[in-house]
Amino acid sequence: MEINPVVILFAAIFTNNIILTNFLGMCSFIAVSSEIKTSLGLGQAVTFVLTFTTVLNYVIYHHVLEPLGLESFRFIVFIITIAAFVQLVEMIVERYLPNLYYALGIFLPLITVNCAILGVSLFMVIREYNMLQSLLFGFGSGVGWTLAIVAMAGIRKRLKYAKVPKGLEGPGITIIVTGLMALAFIGFSGIVQIQ
Amino acid sequence: MDNTKVRKIFTLGVWGDNPIFRQILGICSALAVTNLMLNSLVMGLGLIFVTSFSELTVSLIRKFTPKHIRMMVQVLIISSFVIIVDIFLKAYYPEMSEALGPYVGLIITNCIIMGRCESYAQNNPPIYAFLDGVASGTGYAIILLIIAFFRELLGFGSIFGIQVLGAWWTNWIVMIMAPGAFFMLGIVIWVARSLSPEDEESNKQEVAKA
Repeated sequence: MEINPVVILFAAIFTNNIILTNFLGMCSFIAVSSEIKTSLGLGQAVTFVLTFTTVLNYVIYHHVLEPLGLESFRFIVFIITIAAFVQLVEMIVERYLPNLYYALGIFLPLITVNCAILGVSLFMVIREYNMLQSLLFGFGSGVGWTLAIVAMAGIRKRLKYAKVPKGLEGPGITIIVTGLMALAFIGFSGIVQIQ
Repeated sequence: MDNTKVRKIFTLGVWGDNPIFRQILGICSALAVTNLMLNSLVMGLGLIFVTSFSELTVSLIRKFTPKHIRMMVQVLIISSFVIIVDIFLKAYYPEMSEALGPYVGLIITNCIIMGRCESYAQNNPPIYAFLDGVASGTGYAIILLIIAFFRELLGFGSIFGIQVLGAWWTNWIVMIMAPGAFFMLGIVIWVARSLSPEDEESNKQEVAKA
C-alpha cells in the first residue's frame, strides 16, 4: 500500500485511534484510567513496547514466516515475541535505568496481555504496511492510546463527584463516556484518512 | 457427573458471573464485531470453541505443568486453538474471515479465556472445566448477540442480514460506527446490572476463592 508514513502516524493518533475506533486495549483502559499519573505511565510503556514489537513482528513475519510459508502461525509467534520483548525490556531497564524502571516497572507485565499490542501487529500484516509505515503506525497507535487513556483519567476525576445511577456506576459509565469521546474524535476524520 | 454442579456452572457462567457485564472481560471484541449479528454469532461460536477446549487441555495437564511456567503454557494452548479457528474460517468462510479481520487472532488476548483457565481449569477435573468453558463462552456469545441485535436493527434496519424495517426507516449511522458500540455496551451493562443487583464485595470474594 502506498500511503505516506506521516499520514499513517497522524491517522493512528487521531482518526483511526486504536481504542476509539478499533476498541483495542479496553481491559486496561477501563481498569487503569482512574488516575492521570498512572495512565500516563502505562501509556508511555505501551507506546514504547508497541513501537518496537510492531517492527520486530514485521521483520519476523516478512523475513521468517513468509519464506517458510508459516503465516498461519503468526498468532503464536507474535504473542511469544511480545512476551519475550516485554521480559527483556524489563530486565534491561531494571539493570541499567533504575529511574525508568520505577516509573514503568509495574506496568510492563500488564502489557503482554494488552490486546492493543497484538492487534497492531495483526493490523500491520492485514494492511500490508512496509517497515517505515509499521514503525510509525506502532508509534502513532501508542500515542493515540496514551492520549485517550489520559483524557479518560481526567474525565473520571470529575466523574467521581457526579451522581450516577446505581447499575451504571464504574465500568458502565466509563464505557458511555468513551463513546462520547469516540464521537468527538470522529470530528477529526476529515483531516487525514487511511483505509 | 453431578447435575447440580453442572447447573451451577451454567447459571454462573451465563448470568451470575457473566464475563462481559459482571467481570468486564473481553470487551474489545464485544465492541468490534457487533455491528452485524452474523459476525457476532461466528465470533461467539469461535470463543466457545476456544474457551472450552483450552480449559479442557489446561485441566488435563494441570498436574504435570510446573507452576511458574503455567501462564506461558496456557497462552500456547489458547493460541493453538485460535489458529485452528482461523484456518477453519479462512478455508470455509473466507468472507467471514475477512470481515472479522484481526479480531479472530485477538481471541488469544481475550481475558475471558486466560481468566477461566487460571481460576477454574487449573483446579478442576477436565469434564467440568470443559463445561465451564462452554458456559462462559455462551454467556459471552449471548451478550454479543444482544448488542448486535440492536446495532444491526438500528444501523441497517435488518436482522441477520434480512431487511425487517421498511424503506421508511432511516438508518442510524452512528450505531454502525464506534460510538454506537460503546453506547450500546454501556446500556447493556447498565440494564443487566440493574436486573441483578449483586453487591460487588461478595462477588470479589467468590473470585478470590475460586
